[in-house]
Amino acid sequence: MPFDHDTVVGFSKSFGLFYLVALSVIALVWTYWPSNKKGFDEAAKRPVLEEEDRPWRG
Amino acid sequence: MIADLTRAERLWAMLILGALGLIGLAMAIGGRNDLLGIHGWIVLAAGLGGFIAVMRGLDAPEPSAERLNEYYDAPTRVGLILTLLWAVVGMGVGFWVAALLAWPDMTFDVPWLSFGRLRPVHTSGVIFGFGGNALIATSFHVLQRTTRARLPDQISPWFVLLGYNLFCIIAASGYLMGLTQSKEYAEPEWYADIWLVVVWVVYFAIYMRTLARRKEPHIYVANWYYMAFILVVAILHIVNNLAVPISLGSAKSYSLFSGVQDAMTQWWYGHNAVAFFLTAGFLGMMYYYLPKRAGRPIFSYRMSIISFWGITFMYMWAGSHHLHYTALPHWVQTLGMAFSVVLLVPSWASAGNALLTLNGAWHKVRDDAVLRFMALAAIFYGITTFEGSFMAIRAVNSLSHYTDWTIGHVHAGALGWVAMITFGSLYSIVPSMFRRERIYSQKLVEVHFWLALSGTVIYVFAMWNSGVIQGLMWRTYTESGGLTYSFIDSLVAMHPYYIARAFGGLLFLLGALTALYNVVMTIRMPAPAADDAALDIPAKPALQAGE
Ligand code: HEM
Ligand code: HEM
Repeated sequence: MPFDHDTVVGFSKSFGLFYLVALSVIALVWTYWPSNKKGFDEAAKRPVLEEEDRPWRG
Repeated sequence: MIADLTRAERLWAMLILGALGLIGLAMAIGGRNDLLGIHGWIVLAAGLGGFIAVMRGLDAPEPSAERLNEYYDAPTRVGLILTLLWAVVGMGVGFWVAALLAWPDMTFDVPWLSFGRLRPVHTSGVIFGFGGNALIATSFHVLQRTTRARLPDQISPWFVLLGYNLFCIIAASGYLMGLTQSKEYAEPEWYADIWLVVVWVVYFAIYMRTLARRKEPHIYVANWYYMAFILVVAILHIVNNLAVPISLGSAKSYSLFSGVQDAMTQWWYGHNAVAFFLTAGFLGMMYYYLPKRAGRPIFSYRMSIISFWGITFMYMWAGSHHLHYTALPHWVQTLGMAFSVVLLVPSWASAGNALLTLNGAWHKVRDDAVLRFMALAAIFYGITTFEGSFMAIRAVNSLSHYTDWTIGHVHAGALGWVAMITFGSLYSIVPSMFRRERIYSQKLVEVHFWLALSGTVIYVFAMWNSGVIQGLMWRTYTESGGLTYSFIDSLVAMHPYYIARAFGGLLFLLGALTALYNVVMTIRMPAPAADDAALDIPAKPALQAGE
């Protein structure tokens, strides 16, 4: 495969499309995966929790 | 600062500062016939001054192990003050260049007072000085609170904060002397660029090391934005600044890129600097401080994740909208345009998420100027991104490009979004950071808010008007096909708008000065009697009138 302008353009126009679609699907599936919901809900409360302003020591 | 360091860290600090001093000396000697030499002296002074300061504190008692029970906030405190100082400098110079555009004689034939040298002092001063320090200071604060882990050590945060400010000083002083590699927002020369890479790698390492010790399993979304900011800025910075200096004793270098590749690399950098410096990092701020101040969790956590990935995927491809109608291949322009338009979706998802979080807490927005700063920032973020997506359409860009419309868009984003979210976040942590019960004067916060809002509105409307008039005058033809207006005609038409813009900018600058005064007075207020009790206050916003 020659490494010329047309090849590079052809590659970016085809592969570029597919990998962005794939990444979007992964992001969406992960976000809406039912078992992830609990973690998200807890994380969302993080800034508003009224707790001691200290690091956790264990 | 030095008392916080363990003995081993003090020795490390001396080693680093000593090495910095030696590098400065080498630059001063190698570049003695060049402007590089002057920067060598600045670096030498910074290294030597720091070295002596640490040496004098070397035998001070070591910090107690108790410190590990608290977050390490000293770098955040210093960062907040540096943020305000750079705000005053950067916006002060912004006001000055705005005045120069209205009254160009004010350069008084002094080279370093010329528009071309002062303009980058403004842009770097506000973006890197003001914005960058705000991002570093708040990221350390947010990172520790959301992971419940203390920063990994006491020395690397200082290295990042102070090293970064050294970069800013080298940059700004270089512009005044006429040093620039003439890439917008990436003007500093090769040696400053290398230094920034070192600082940035340490910054990212702090993030990773703190996250590795986190207590919370899930990494709160604000950190994702901060990390995207750090990581992507590193990539952009390294690629766009690839250059070969003409010699080690010279400040001048030549870029690895030329022609249209150079232009595309520069605007890939430029637009992603907007995306990851002026947007992602500040979204991190918004996603933490806005829910916290409002006392309500973010409206939709899932939406925040989707907008995160949307912004990260799409911004990367939008840079070519800066190069419409140039030698850049047509399809690349179209690609940039298409991605810019779709970009509106994740952008509005973030702005909407913020506003929907406030839905039900509007009484707080009404009573609390700090929360109002943040609410307004979200609104301006929505306006600016809508405008950006619109301007990226090639036909629209043919009107807006090269005109003040771009400047209006920039400052709707910079004043309305970046500066407002920064001031809001800053006010919300200043009392707890400096262990005071409240901000010195709630009234002055209110004054600042109205100065900032009216300044932004005046600035942006002046530029929108002037930009559209400019664009239209440049494309009005006579019946015989010639241009109706000369360039000078359009310049004369701009004059009143330039005066209005300078006035709006002045109001905004006065607001920043008010903030500086208010914060200094807060620090000078007596500390509350029981120091221990004060440690716990950040959960609640400071007392509000009418609450
Ligand atoms: C006191 C407030 C401010 C004033 C008076 C002001 C004024 C100006 C002026 C006169 C210019 C040059 C416009 C031209 O060349 O036609 C400019 C450019 C710029 N300013 Fe500001 N500014 C202010 C605040 C800010 C802030 C807070 C930021 C960023 C956070 C910012 C970012 C920029 C940028 C990025 C540019 C370059 C725009 C471009 O090249 O398209 N400014 N400003
Ligand atoms: C969806 C989001 C956005 C899009 C699609 C967008 C699009 C654009 C477009 C088309 C231009 C004009 C390019 C030209 O004609 O030369 C521009 C310029 C600019 N935008 Fe945006 N924008 C967006 C958001 C923002 C935000 C949030 C900021 C933050 C402060 C910002 C800062 C800038 C700056 C600094 C410039 C001037 C660059 C220069 O020429 O020096 N933009 N943007």
